[in-house]
Amino acid sequence: MRDDKDTKNSGDKLSRLVFDRRRFLGSGLLGGLAALAGGRRAEADGLSTSQLVVPPWSHRPGPGVATRAYGQPSPYEKSVIRRFLPWIRPTREASVSFTPLQDLHGIITPNGLFFERHHAGTPEIDPQQHRLVIHGMVEQPLVFRVDELMRFPSVSRIHFIECAGNGAMEQHGAMHNALQFTHGMLSCAEWTGVPLRYLLREAGIRKGARWLLAEGADAAGLARSFPIEKAMDDALIVYAQNGEPLRPEQGYPLRLLLPGWEGVANVKWLRRLEVGDRPWETREETATYTDLLPSGKARQFTFVQEAKSVITSPCPERPMPGRGRFMVEGLAWSGAGRIKAVDVSFDGGRNWRSARLKGLVLDKALTRFEIEWNWQGGQALLQSRAIDETGYVQPTLGQLRAVRGMNSMYHNNAIQTWLIHPSGEVENVQLDV
Amino acid sequence: MFSSMCDGCLMRCLILAAVAMVACADEPVVAEWGLGRPISADEIKPWDIDVRPDGVGLPEGSGTAEAGEAIFQTKCASCHGEFGEGVGRFPPLVWDGTPLTADRPRKTVGNFWPYATTLWDYIYRAMPFGNAQSLTSDEVYALVAYVLAMNDLLDEDTVVDAKTLPKIEMPNREGFIRDTGPDIHASRCMQNCVQEVRIISRASQHRSVDSGE
Repeated sequence: MRDDKDTKNSGDKLSRLVFDRRRFLGSGLLGGLAALAGGRRAEADGLSTSQLVVPPWSHRPGPGVATRAYGQPSPYEKSVIRRFLPWIRPTREASVSFTPLQDLHGIITPNGLFFERHHAGTPEIDPQQHRLVIHGMVEQPLVFRVDELMRFPSVSRIHFIECAGNGAMEQHGAMHNALQFTHGMLSCAEWTGVPLRYLLREAGIRKGARWLLAEGADAAGLARSFPIEKAMDDALIVYAQNGEPLRPEQGYPLRLLLPGWEGVANVKWLRRLEVGDRPWETREETATYTDLLPSGKARQFTFVQEAKSVITSPCPERPMPGRGRFMVEGLAWSGAGRIKAVDVSFDGGRNWRSARLKGLVLDKALTRFEIEWNWQGGQALLQSRAIDETGYVQPTLGQLRAVRGMNSMYHNNAIQTWLIHPSGEVENVQLDV
Repeated sequence: MFSSMCDGCLMRCLILAAVAMVACADEPVVAEWGLGRPISADEIKPWDIDVRPDGVGLPEGSGTAEAGEAIFQTKCASCHGEFGEGVGRFPPLVWDGTPLTADRPRKTVGNFWPYATTLWDYIYRAMPFGNAQSLTSDEVYALVAYVLAMNDLLDEDTVVDAKTLPKIEMPNREGFIRDTGPDIHASRCMQNCVQEVRIISRASQHRSVDSGE
């Protein structure tokens, strides 16, 4: 996919192109033209000599071990980064950055690329000074140090987190010509922590308890209510992410994980859990994160991120490389359980074919799918549709708008349409169905 | 209880059940770990800042809109505007009169927030942006009163305190519906699902704004 035309075959420094969408697309177009001849491409690898060269790195050793005490990606991958849109929020401290889904493989999001959504920046918390308090309708209010929580039996689970606002900017019309911005408030990690029910058992839940309040130690003091059934089911108090301590952006040293539920409920920098008999009706569960309907009423406590999917290759950042065989790939997920099936349409939803689920198919986790396509250079409308184990079918944008109107903003799980141009370029479009 | 997370634990559970006749579940054998230190309500107090719609959590103190105005102009107006209209992309606090059924309505304290107590909870925990959890109880009561007065929901000299605040009836009190499960019911059609499709919106017709990386 990369443009190697500037690669020198002598001992000169490589001057690889960094990500630039126009040049990137341009190379895609050239590739497309080259492919018109069909079959295998003689000059497809971009090297300008008639023979393979022995590059400098095959002669001389590179830097020794621990040159970078904490490893970094190859400098040639510096375009694989989180990106943000300065104009969507008033300040960077109360903003969002998006995961580059177009550049990732498998189902795990690397920790440095996990999307961010903060309401008051990323606090730098000293774990020695951090505490988790459990109080309210309990027999014995308790306070835990982080190292104490690590003494409980731990579990590790792979779950996605999706911001309730993922796709909100697309509700009024196709806006971003980039998968990173249409779907990038979505990431998936292996989380390690202690089941919340173990801690609640230590404190002893009093009769009549129905809800919990989770509160962060950040300068937003972000607070959300959630029902006790989730606390006793699969809720975790998490201290590790993909094998290492939680990243500060993901709540170091402790976060709440409510698998499959809207991102904001997974309170980061968790400092306090209060047990009560009713929800607290905080700002983040009334004024925001509620779905305004055409009636003027708003849906509240829409916790579950319902089944959703998107094609990640091709996508606007990854145009078609040329005619011929191509493996269409994408991601599907559901906050209600496992993905059961994914269908792909090449004609805007008139006809559908079942895609293959590949790799791990886990509860409330990103799931990869793929389907082979033989593209002959024509215009096409690519869509994917997820079905989860409850039988729920991902809706079209038309079906979503018919029920929720144009202003619900949050929880937009509508089918995404990519228009494939004959040039191979991919455009984010919306259909009338 | 049986957990849906109980992957591959069946054999372990069966063995445990056979040996010790314990319940088969994805639970450690030890039920209580004796970890965590008991903590008193007084110790928790600086962190116990939540306020509920029934008034539970509201501290002593009081304020009026008249007292709140000076605090607002000093500590809040730079982001929310002198009249609560919002500066730049910071949120407005005052309703502009458009109904919630209009396209892209302004959702504010006056026309959207269901509970006045949430104002107290939010202002204390998160405001002013840059110096949260710094206001006194009297200052918060006064600011709550001022924001309500800007929305014509309170007179300038009405005293707001732990007794009166929960009684203030917000216009959108009945404006929320609890989620009860999926609201959209799509079917899994595979062939000839629609006759014709039309593109009604294209990202290329929007100015795609690039990142500020």
